Amino acid sequence: MTAQVLPETPLQEEVKNSAPRRRIRKSTSSAWIKTLLLALCSLTVLLPFLVAVLMAFKTTDQAILNQAFALPKPWSIEGFKEAWTLTNFPRTFAVSVLITVFTVLFSVLVSAMASYAIARNWKRKFFRFSSYYLMAAMFLPFPVLALSQVKLSGYVGLDNPVGVILLHVMFGLSFNVLLFTAFIRSLPEELEESARMDGASPWRTFWTIIFPLMLPMSATVAIFAMLSSWNDFMMPSMIIADPSLQTLPVVQKMFQTQFSNNYNVSFASYLLAMAPSIVAYIFTQKWVMSGLTQGAVK
Amino acid sequence: MSSVVSTTSKRRRRGRVEPMFYYFLVPALVLFTLCITVPALMGIYYSFTDSIGFGEYNFVGLNNYAVLFSDPAIVKSYLFTIGVSLLTVILVNVIALFLAIGLTSQIKMRTALRTIFVLPMVVSGIIISFVFQFIFANTVPAAAANMHLPFLQESILADPKLAWLAIVLVTTWQAVPSAMLIYIAALVTIPNDVYEASALDGAHSPQQLMRITLPMISGYVLINVILGFKGFLSMYDIIVGLTNGGPGTSTRSVAMTIFTGFDTGDYAYQMANSTIFFIITLAIALIQLRVSRGKAQF
Repeated sequence: MTAQVLPETPLQEEVKNSAPRRRIRKSTSSAWIKTLLLALCSLTVLLPFLVAVLMAFKTTDQAILNQAFALPKPWSIEGFKEAWTLTNFPRTFAVSVLITVFTVLFSVLVSAMASYAIARNWKRKFFRFSSYYLMAAMFLPFPVLALSQVKLSGYVGLDNPVGVILLHVMFGLSFNVLLFTAFIRSLPEELEESARMDGASPWRTFWTIIFPLMLPMSATVAIFAMLSSWNDFMMPSMIIADPSLQTLPVVQKMFQTQFSNNYNVSFASYLLAMAPSIVAYIFTQKWVMSGLTQGAVK
Repeated sequence: MSSVVSTTSKRRRRGRVEPMFYYFLVPALVLFTLCITVPALMGIYYSFTDSIGFGEYNFVGLNNYAVLFSDPAIVKSYLFTIGVSLLTVILVNVIALFLAIGLTSQIKMRTALRTIFVLPMVVSGIIISFVFQFIFANTVPAAAANMHLPFLQESILADPKLAWLAIVLVTTWQAVPSAMLIYIAALVTIPNDVYEASALDGAHSPQQLMRITLPMISGYVLINVILGFKGFLSMYDIIVGLTNGGPGTSTRSVAMTIFTGFDTGDYAYQMANSTIFFIITLAIALIQLRVSRGKAQF
């Protein structure tokens, strides 16, 4: 697990590299057969989304007929209207966005700064042991600490989205510091040396030279943090005490109990909750894929 | 801050650590200690008491631990969690590897297919589980009845002997993309010549897979297994979405059992459970890391 990621590797390159590099001798007909097979496999991925879309646009009367693949007749947006008000969508969406944005921001900043300190002072005991200390939590899952954290967050008044942001950042710290320190080590120290010669303060050196160079790894950390905090259910459902400050994934639970037969409403709500991440993914997929791969290969 | 200056190190020419490095690292350490270490120690402390989550409590020594090992509900939740994790890890890796091989070979519409196959990892586990719950509970039985199939007419989620299967399937569905991306990154590092040379020697595809591909990506397989186990052992969202631990308690994972500590008065008891859970999680991770040492080279 010590692969080096070169700092100058542009994000896009990895995607290009994955272009055909295996055997090229095969004829186009076999390429089409493989494509067809993969397309068939991809149906298992698309099926639940198809069901969700078809159900969401039905009327309540049609949805209850239990014909998931029947086309909506007529196409109705009643489900969306009702889901919008039931889940208090604007507010819930805002809470989710707030948690995700600040988690991403602080995950990148806190781990980048801590990692820079660790990587550049590795020979000093304090920094080296700090790194071991942070790494020790690498395999610590949330359920292990949940009971204490819920109690503590209640005591100190952090049983709200702010507490969730803090915990998201801290649980990600081990892995992010690991990624960043390995990356910073690959940046030549001469950069800082020459900046110092030119009279730049360490603070300025970090923000104008080092931090911009860390962009590829920051993107990876940001994507990981974004996906995990936007989609998290366990932590907000445990930590956030006030139901009106809950996140999008958590509020979907209401459809399991109160409105269990209004399938069109519940599926419309699921779609509304999933749409932002799907849209974001489709527009940024090159970054997402290369970023995730880069993180994983470390 | 007055440590020995090593003459060989350029970075400590001035013999002391730039204060900025402490500003960068110490806040992260303090927050980490408050958010992770303190709750961990608190959990261990309470695991030796009979606390019900509030009010007075007494020390009961190792009593909680002694009861834990003979509690059939606890033992069952561990067997369930580890069993499902193991099965899911195997399924995920086999499927991910085949998809990765398919997607890196000569095919048409590569980008579109890859976009689709990555989709499951960007949506929330609990929301997609609600969708799958509908499919397993309503769509599949209805389809089976239409086709007059003798089996599958009952929802597998309602069958204590089969509900785990739905959990394995949905967990696999969601975990394949990240493993697949890692395998794609691994496969593009294998030079084409190796396959061409072996083809000249008369090797066919299955032979190439077993003799060339697998040995060359063994390090990545281990990473996928380690990361997979880490996530699956604390499984929660997907189970809440599909069965909520039921029918009965047949699909209750360790995380779900721990969370019962909130409302059953088993607070200290579940703290002991958390501690054991952490030890087991860590042990599994360490065993894997030990196995990987010497093999994972890239």
